[in-house]
Amino acid sequence: MTTYIRRAAALCALLLLALLANATRVQVLQSRAYDDNPANRRPEIARWGQPRGDIVVGGRPVTGSKDTGEQLRYERTYRDGPLYAPVTGFASQVYGTTFLEHAEDSLLDGSDPMLSFLPLWNDITRDRNAGGAVVTTIQEAAQRAAYLGLGTRRGAVVALEPATGRVLALVSRPSYDPGALSGNGREAAEAWARLNGDASRPMLNRAVRQTYPPGSTFKVVTAAAALDTGVVEDLDAPTRSPDPYTLPGTTTSLANEVEGCENASLRYAFEWSCNTVFAKLGVDVGLDAMTDTARAFGFNDSGLRIPFSVAPSTFDTEMDRAQLALSSIGQYDTRATPLQMALVTAAVAGGGSVRSPYLVERTTTASGRTVTGSGTRTLRQAMAPTTARRLRDLMRGVVEDGTGANAALRHATVGGKTGTAQHGMGNSGTPFAWFIGWAQADDAIEPQVAVAVVVEDAEAVRGDISGGGDAAPIAREVMRAVLKASDAP
Amino acid sequence: MTTKAGRTLAADPPDPSPPPAVRLLRRRGVEFTLTVVAVLLSVYGYCAVGLAKNGTVPPGAADYGAGLGVLALLAHLVVRLRAPYADPLLLPIAVLLNGLGLVLIHRLDLETPADQAAPAQLNWSTLGVALFITVVALLRDHRVLQRYAYVSVVAALALLALPILFPPVNGARIWVRIAGFSIQPGEFAKVLLALFFASYLAANRNALAYAGRQIWRFKRLQLPTGRVLGPIVTIWLLSVGVLVLERDLGTSLLFFGLFVIMLYVATGRTGWIAVGLLLACVGAVAVGWLEPHVHSRVEDWLHPFASIEAGQGANQLAQSLFAFAAGGLLGTGLGLGHSILIGFAAKSDFILATAGEELGLAGLSAIFLLYALLVERGYRAGLALRDPFGRLLATGLASIVALQVFVIAGGVMGLIPLTGMAMPFLAQGGSSVVTNWVIVALLIRLSDSSRRQYAPGPPPESPQGRGARGEGRGA
Repeated sequence: MTTYIRRAAALCALLLLALLANATRVQVLQSRAYDDNPANRRPEIARWGQPRGDIVVGGRPVTGSKDTGEQLRYERTYRDGPLYAPVTGFASQVYGTTFLEHAEDSLLDGSDPMLSFLPLWNDITRDRNAGGAVVTTIQEAAQRAAYLGLGTRRGAVVALEPATGRVLALVSRPSYDPGALSGNGREAAEAWARLNGDASRPMLNRAVRQTYPPGSTFKVVTAAAALDTGVVEDLDAPTRSPDPYTLPGTTTSLANEVEGCENASLRYAFEWSCNTVFAKLGVDVGLDAMTDTARAFGFNDSGLRIPFSVAPSTFDTEMDRAQLALSSIGQYDTRATPLQMALVTAAVAGGGSVRSPYLVERTTTASGRTVTGSGTRTLRQAMAPTTARRLRDLMRGVVEDGTGANAALRHATVGGKTGTAQHGMGNSGTPFAWFIGWAQADDAIEPQVAVAVVVEDAEAVRGDISGGGDAAPIAREVMRAVLKASDAP
Repeated sequence: MTTKAGRTLAADPPDPSPPPAVRLLRRRGVEFTLTVVAVLLSVYGYCAVGLAKNGTVPPGAADYGAGLGVLALLAHLVVRLRAPYADPLLLPIAVLLNGLGLVLIHRLDLETPADQAAPAQLNWSTLGVALFITVVALLRDHRVLQRYAYVSVVAALALLALPILFPPVNGARIWVRIAGFSIQPGEFAKVLLALFFASYLAANRNALAYAGRQIWRFKRLQLPTGRVLGPIVTIWLLSVGVLVLERDLGTSLLFFGLFVIMLYVATGRTGWIAVGLLLACVGAVAVGWLEPHVHSRVEDWLHPFASIEAGQGANQLAQSLFAFAAGGLLGTGLGLGHSILIGFAAKSDFILATAGEELGLAGLSAIFLLYALLVERGYRAGLALRDPFGRLLATGLASIVALQVFVIAGGVMGLIPLTGMAMPFLAQGGSSVVTNWVIVALLIRLSDSSRRQYAPGPPPESPQGRGARGEGRGA
C-alpha cells in the first residue's frame, strides 16, 4: 500500500505543479493582455483613484478634485469653468478628456513616468505618482476681458505675446461648464446630451477648432507678400488699380465699400480696406509667392499643437487668377482660425518671425519639481524684418486714421486691421466681424500683445456688423488688460 | 516543496519499522511557536488592510488577534494534552489559513458595508475549533471509527439528499436554510464518505485486489466480483447521482476523485484508474452536453471573454482572471486590489482571486504550498500508520484537501471548468470551515497514532480496550 500512497501523493504533487504553472501564466506571462482588456475596469479605477493634478492660471489652480467615495473616486471640479473651458477642456469619467486635460492627461493623472524620481521604479512597484500640475501661460485679466467682451455673442478671442508665442488669452463663446461632465451619474449624461444638442455648439472651441473666412484681415498677408516680393516698394505710391476691379478672366467686377480706392496708395488701401487694390495686388504677386507667404504665416500647417491640436487654416495652392484675387482679400476658400490670425498679427508685431504658440509654461510634479519647461521657438520667418516694420506702420495707421479707431488705447501704440468676412451661399450669411491687432505701451521696447477677435453675431443686422465696430472694442479691452498686467510688476 | 516531499517520501522504508530516535520527539514547542507565528501573521494582515483602506491600524485588531490567539491556544493545548506526538505542522497551517481567510473576508466586507460576512465566519471558525477540540479530546484511537462505517454512509447519503427539499440558490441545490442559517450538508458528507470508503476498502481490499475475472486478457484490468464491488459502486453512484441532481459539480468531481484514489491505494490496481477515467470522461461529456448549467460553465471556461465580445461586459471568470493578472508578481498589497468587481461570489468561490490580486504570485504560491504541506503531512501520517483503515483514512482526508484546492483554484484561474466549491479555510462558508477543522482534527489524531507507535514506554492501548471506552462518546 505504501507504494500506492506515494503514487497518490505524486499525483497531488502534479496537481500542485499544474496550479503553480497556471498561476504563473495568468499572473506573469499573460497579465499584460488581461490588464489591457477593455472590459477590465482596473485602469479606470486607478486613474480616478487619486486626485488629478491641477491646471494653473496666474498661480492659482482653475481645477480641483472632489472625493466622491465612489468606485471612481475623484471627480474633476472647475473654478470659473466656462471662462477657461477652451483652455482646460473637460476631464470626464465617461466622456474622456479634451484640450489641456487631454494633451497633458498622463501628467495630470500621474501615469507619466517623468513624474517619478526613478522612472523605472514605478514599473516594478506598479505604483502611480500623484498627479502633476500644468502651469499655463494664460493671463487671468486678459482672459476675463475677452470673455466679458464677447458677452452673449458667438465668437472667439486669442491673445499672444509676440516675442515668445505665449498664449495670453484663449476664449470661445458660448461656453459651458466642464464640471457638469465630470462624473459618471445621470447629471453628467444629461449635461452631455444637452450640450451636444445645443444649436449654438457651446463645446466647440472656436478659438482653435473653427475656421472662418478671414476677410480683410488677410490683407496683412497680401501686403506682406507684395512688400516682400517688391510688387509694392513705396507705401505711399499709387498702385495703379482700377475701381471697380474686374476679376481676371471673368466679367465679375469687384467693388469697394469706401470711396477713394481707385489708384490708391497701399497705405490708403490698407487703412480703408480697399478690396480692389488687394485683389489686384494678390494677382500681381502671383500664386506661388502668395502661397509661400501664407504658408510662412502658418496657413496649410496641419501639425500645429499648443499642445492640443489646432485646426489647419487654409489657403488654396491651386487657383485661377480670379480665385487668387478673391483669396487675397480673405474670401473664396481662404479660411483661418482665430489663433492663426493672432499669429499673423504677432508676426508683424514681432519683427516678421512666427513664434511657435504655446499654452503650457511648464509642468511640475505635485511637490513642485519642474518636469518640463517650455522655450520660445521660432517656427518660421514670415517676412523680412523691414517688411514687418512697414506693416506695423500700416497697421498703426488703421487705428489712428482708418477703420480701427475703436481699438485705440491711451499711453500705447496700437496697430490693427479690421475685417468683415462674407460667407454662405452668395454671401447670404451674416458676415463675421474680425479685428486683429497688437499693442505696445509707450515705455515698452516692443509690442507686448497680439490679439485676434472674431464675432459671428447671428442676431445683428447685417449692416451693423463690422470689424471696427464689433470686434475692435473687445480687442482693445484685452490689450489694455495685458498692458496693465505687464505694467504692474 | 514538491521535491522536498518526494525526497522525504522516498527516504521512508517501504514498510513502517522503528525509525531513528529523532522521530520520537514530541515537537510541541515547535507547534506552539509556529502557531504563534500564524496568529501574528494573520493580525499583521488585518492591520495591513486597515492601514491600506483607512490609514490607521483598525480598532478591532487587538480583539481579532486575541480571538484568533485564544482559539489557536486552546487547540494547541488539547493537542499537547491529548495528541502529544501529532505532527507539529498541521495545526499552525490550519490556523494560518483560517486567519488569512478571515482577513480576506473582512477586507472584502469593507467594500460591501451592507453585507458583513467576517463576523459569521469568525463564529463558524470558533465552532470549527470547538469541534476540533472535541474530536482530538474524545477520539483516543481512530480505529474506533471503523465501526461506524455504515452509520456514516447512511448519514452521508441523508445529508446529501437533504437539500433536494430546499429551493436552489444561484443554480445549485446544495444549501439548507434553517432559521437564518444556511448549511451545506455536502461538506459534512465528504468526511463521512471518506470514512466509509476507508472502512469498507480496508475490510475488503484483498477481495477487491485479487478476486474476480479477467477482461481483455489484461491482468491489470481484472475486475473483482460484483458481490464485493457492488455495494461501494452503488454508494458512489448514488452520491454522485444526487450531486448531479443538485448541480453540485465541484463536490461530485471531488467524490469521484476521492473514490478512485482510495480504491487505487487500497488495491493497487492501475486498472481502476483507467476505468475511473473512462467513466469520468463518459459522465463529464454526458453531463456537459445535456445539463445547461454545466454546459455554460464549460463554455465560459473555453471562452472566458465571449461575454465581453458580445458586449455584455466581463463575466465572473473574466473578472477573476483580471484580478489575478492585476496582482502580478508581488500583488497590489492587502486592501489595495479591486477583486470586489467579481461580484456576489467574491467572498466565497472566488476568494482566491483576492489573494492573487493583493498578494501576487508570490503570496498565491505561498498559499498553495501551505495546502501542499498540509496534504503532504496527511499522506505522511498515512504512510507511517500500520493499520489499513488508518492509512486509507489519512490518504482519503489528505486527498479531499488536495482535490478541493485543485478543483477550485484551477476553476477560478481558468485551468479547468469552474465548479462551485469552497477553498478550504479561506472561503466564506460555515459548513466548509467546520468540516475542514474536523479533517485537521482527524489528521492530528492519525499522525499522533502513527508516531506514537514508535514511542518509548508502554505500547498504545489495544483498539478493543479503548474502543469499548470510546464507543459511547467517540462518535
